[in-house]
Amino acid sequence: MVLSKTASETDVSVHSTFASRYVRTSLPRFKMPENSIPKEAAYQIINDELMLDGNPRLNLASFVTTWMEPECDKLIMDSINKNYVDMDEYPVTTELQNRCVNIIAHLFNAPLGESEAAVGVGTVGSSEAIMLAGLAFKRKWQNKRKAEGKPYDKPNIVTGANVQVCWEKFARYFEVELKEVKLREGYYVMDPVKAVEMVDENTICVAAILGSTLNGEFEDVKLLNDLLIKKNKETGWDTPIHVDAASGGFIAPFLYPELEWDFRLPLVKSINVSGHKYGLVYAGIGWVIWRSKEDLPEELIFHINYLGADQPTFTLNFSKGSSQVIAQYYQLIRLGYEGYRNVMENCHENAIVLKEGLEKTGRFNIVSKDDGVPLVAFSLKDNKRHDEFEISEMLRRFGWIVPAYTMPADAQHITVLRVVIREDFSRTLAERLVIDIQKVLHELDTLPAKVNAKLAMAEEEEAKSGTVVKKTAIETQREVAAFWKKYVSERKTNKNKIC
Amino acid sequence: MLAATNATEEHVHSTFASRYVRAPVPRFKMPEKSIPKDAAYQVIHDELMLDGNPRLNLASFVTTWMEPECDKLMMAAINKNYVDMDEYPVTTELQNRCVNMIANLFHAPVGEEETAVGVGTVGSSEAIMLAGLAFKRRWQHKRKTEGKPTDNPNIVTGANVQVCWEKFARYFEVELKEVKLKEGYYVMDPEQAVELVDENTICVAAILGSTLTGEFEDVKTLNDLLTKKNEETGWGTPIHVDAASGGFIAPFLYPDLEWDFRLPLVKSINVSGHKYGLVYAGVGWVVWRNKEDLPDDLVFHINYLGSDQPTFTLNFSKGSSQIIAQYYQFLRLGFEGYKNIIENCMENMKVLKQGIENTGRFNILSKDIGVPLVAFSLKDSSKHTVFEIAENLRRFGWILPAYTMPPNAQHVAVLRAVIREDFSHGLAKRLVAHIEQVLKEMDGLPSRLQHKKTERETQEEVFRYWKRLVDRKRAGVC
Repeated sequence: MVLSKTASETDVSVHSTFASRYVRTSLPRFKMPENSIPKEAAYQIINDELMLDGNPRLNLASFVTTWMEPECDKLIMDSINKNYVDMDEYPVTTELQNRCVNIIAHLFNAPLGESEAAVGVGTVGSSEAIMLAGLAFKRKWQNKRKAEGKPYDKPNIVTGANVQVCWEKFARYFEVELKEVKLREGYYVMDPVKAVEMVDENTICVAAILGSTLNGEFEDVKLLNDLLIKKNKETGWDTPIHVDAASGGFIAPFLYPELEWDFRLPLVKSINVSGHKYGLVYAGIGWVIWRSKEDLPEELIFHINYLGADQPTFTLNFSKGSSQVIAQYYQLIRLGYEGYRNVMENCHENAIVLKEGLEKTGRFNIVSKDDGVPLVAFSLKDNKRHDEFEISEMLRRFGWIVPAYTMPADAQHITVLRVVIREDFSRTLAERLVIDIQKVLHELDTLPAKVNAKLAMAEEEEAKSGTVVKKTAIETQREVAAFWKKYVSERKTNKNKIC
Repeated sequence: MLAATNATEEHVHSTFASRYVRAPVPRFKMPEKSIPKDAAYQVIHDELMLDGNPRLNLASFVTTWMEPECDKLMMAAINKNYVDMDEYPVTTELQNRCVNMIANLFHAPVGEEETAVGVGTVGSSEAIMLAGLAFKRRWQHKRKTEGKPTDNPNIVTGANVQVCWEKFARYFEVELKEVKLKEGYYVMDPEQAVELVDENTICVAAILGSTLTGEFEDVKTLNDLLTKKNEETGWGTPIHVDAASGGFIAPFLYPDLEWDFRLPLVKSINVSGHKYGLVYAGVGWVVWRNKEDLPDDLVFHINYLGSDQPTFTLNFSKGSSQIIAQYYQFLRLGFEGYKNIIENCMENMKVLKQGIENTGRFNILSKDIGVPLVAFSLKDSSKHTVFEIAENLRRFGWILPAYTMPPNAQHVAVLRAVIREDFSHGLAKRLVAHIEQVLKEMDGLPSRLQHKKTERETQEEVFRYWKRLVDRKRAGVC
């Protein structure tokens, strides 16, 4: 006689994952669970929840690389257990970082001798790189002011209002005032003339962006350099320039080699670039390069003594993975100059295809320029009935993640959609996106306008032209409420953080 | 008719038959041309063979092994940029769950379903800088309302602190007031620490799991003494616990040890997910007691597609893999699993310690209670030093670091072996055998140090001592 047991009583290890009891409990959210569970169950449960994340490759909001060759994936996986900071234990990995720094410094025309080691470091991203560069400027400026016997308690930095949020973080955390040059409609980058006007004796540096996050434009660093040289001659303040080339640093040298934006300009003292944007590496790597040793105050560098060997280090992060550094070196030698140029040219071409497809619909204004970071920023010609945010929402249904933003001050009435063209965004995907956008437009045309949109439009029109649109009493009431709500929430939050 | 080998199709050649392995690797300039991916992979892979083996690196607390299922999850998430919170809501949710679980583990005073205040970071360095920033800003606010000067903040720690505290102090312009160590006492003395506290002190930092000896500092005594001093002075000086190593040990092995938010003055705690949190390098956690301890003006609000997400980190874009791996470990192991692993580490630590003691040549500096590591020094270092032992052990593949202690115990040099999850009993026995072998070999060699010193040599030794002192000031301990 065979006695049957209920499923839950047979040997647990026999059950397939979805037959086990582990998929019947809710996942822990506040407290660590008491007991262990089998690794297959843990893997499956987490993998399944993550299916509801967006698809990274369809995330057109991000500049950050989402695809690498399988050979590189192999290298990444092999080094996943190497703690990068153990320089003495992993000398080859450390050497690879140094080679990357040298190669990038040369790419930016740093004034180095043939076999001279460049001054720079790998970071977790451009945020850390910018904080390090800013720290160096702050310390240099403080030392100079102390030597002159002048006060050094009010450092400031001059940038455009289009800066990425990490500059604001730097300013707030390191207690430096941020003096922003406001934008205006039609001019979405920092105006060099206005920037130089804002420079005063407390300015530690002027930060220019090569590849603005909003519309991909390159700022005119050469003009900034020339104007600032003139001002420096008059004032004797010697204000330097930092170039935030997070996106543009791996584009300009390949597509626009004649464009002077890097160390060829004498006032540029440091440059940061994101390895994980057009450096074509997964998220987690950035680089900062200084012109020369003098631009990095020695007192900021720590010396670690492991088993006798001295290694200088100047980073905010300590332990971190080595995979991305190795991946960056892989890309630099695998692709070479020719390879990077080919990839950038492809991106540029595909951006043009997308742009022309959008223009053909007749419904959009293109806000981005042809030159710059390969992206297409566009806004609706007529957003009275439906706005860009609605288009963005509806595109999600097809799987596309296309963000909609309002511009920073003083162009807040402009809303744009932005598509970033990365290495893995092929022409067919571009054409498919245009088709899907057309589908969305057709659908929206058949839907009634949202009340909010109408009110928002009314506000915008007032701001733009000063004319008053006729409103019913309740619409006016709603508008008043919406205005105060917006005012209060703007004061509380920092709106329009750009990434 | 035979064609020359290099005239056949390029793509036919196996990697080591191609011309790509005959060229020197680029070190200063980007190469002009592309090379095939197989060649690129092989060339780099081969150079990396000369790195140390991470699993034999006994210097590091950082995890070097994870289950293959977790590796799979990590690889699948490698192209997810963690900061895109709106695009990857589940990954963001996983981070929040980890923060809640860790806050709970540390007895944060949060309600049953209340969200804890904390964040995932790239490591304890970032975590400590964020915690320090919060303390600095709170102190500045307080002083401003009192109408007192805010230009001289300081922080009180032991001289055994990890280098990231010195970085924090230097980069964020806070003075570091260090309690000196002494021979036989290698952690911060709570009494001396409280004495050093003044009106400009933004916090006192205690370490749970000192890097040098693995010892847990007595946070409870510190709390009690500081409470008394606060009553007298009215300064309200808080405590931060750097539990980088100990945070994932104490709750499982010593649950009755009061070191966390059970002590009222503890306002924030950091822990490394990549140490005994059992995740690969690249994740740390900082948790605050409650919302008041994190000044709102330090928090940035990101607005993506309409939804508001508060963020307070130094890094922005970074990978998601380690966060997902941390949640995997919490879910997979649970309290029971973590406890088993740490107990194993302690057992293997005792095996190693016993073996080293049995050689009769070493003093053990580490305690039995604390982080599972063995720190040991030579009883007699007149002929040979621990630095030589470390060098010789490299031949066998072991990486065992040798350090001198910080002031005022700089004359003490130690070797330190950290016992991680993947250091089994067998490896412990093998290490002891190799140490014995090295000792035997060294005994047969003449000493590198002279017995009788000439005056010149004495002078040189004095010079070296002072040089080391100067270097020590800038040297970091890890």
